[in-house]
Amino acid sequence: MKNETQGLLLEFPLEHYRFETAGEASSKVKQVVRQLGVDAQTARRISVCAYEAELNAIIHAFGGRMVVRVLPDRTELEVTDEGPGIPDVEAAMREGFSTAPDNIRELGFGAGMGLPNMKRSADEFEIKSSLNTGTWIRMLVRY
Amino acid sequence: MKLSEVQRLLGATLIWGEHCLEREVTTACGADLMSDVLAFTKDGALLLTGLINPQVVRTADVGGLSAIVFVRGKSPSTEAAIMAKELDIPLFSTPHTLFQACGILYAQGLAPCPPLAGKSLEE
Repeated sequence: MKNETQGLLLEFPLEHYRFETAGEASSKVKQVVRQLGVDAQTARRISVCAYEAELNAIIHAFGGRMVVRVLPDRTELEVTDEGPGIPDVEAAMREGFSTAPDNIRELGFGAGMGLPNMKRSADEFEIKSSLNTGTWIRMLVRY
Repeated sequence: MKLSEVQRLLGATLIWGEHCLEREVTTACGADLMSDVLAFTKDGALLLTGLINPQVVRTADVGGLSAIVFVRGKSPSTEAAIMAKELDIPLFSTPHTLFQACGILYAQGLAPCPPLAGKSLEE
């Protein structure tokens, strides 16, 4: 964590299938924004964005990173992964659409709600994905 | 409804969180899919689930849930119990099935979480 001219910059590496630490980054982000005075409902939205993006990268990609910028009036989250990419982003945005394998569903994931949850929780949501290259997601939550 | 009342109604064992028994809950959600939990709950909701892994506890933290009730007499994994203490999330275990436990609490006035707690995707 380091101080920028405004706010805080946090960076988290995301490892493929590393479920034992999955979500730690999101809990940390929530803790930081709460300590900086962001209200509980908004902190929840930021945390949901982070958690869903974190898990998507852990489940589907070969690795990636999440960069979170906590600013006075908003938090920006950028998640970049190296992975197979999403063949049909429009389909993946539909609630219930999932390509997660059975072993992931047994852990409680793969409901097909990840990307819709991110979009619903964020004030701004952008996604770009290239096959065999990876996926980039940017989200912004205002206070 | 206080968590102590939830415990009594469900005949549940308190696994962790005695200091939270006076905590009030007004809504609850029964689910085994964690993204559904995040989509359909609001801050402070009670989660009833058959999953016992640490990600259930992590989801409760991210979603700001008040407590977790494991159904069918299940106990959380050791990792999940440790994480719950770290994140201060009370845990209960009830012998009832998910369906029964939800029914008991619903009949006693605990409300379901409103659908799509966040903003609409069409906005």
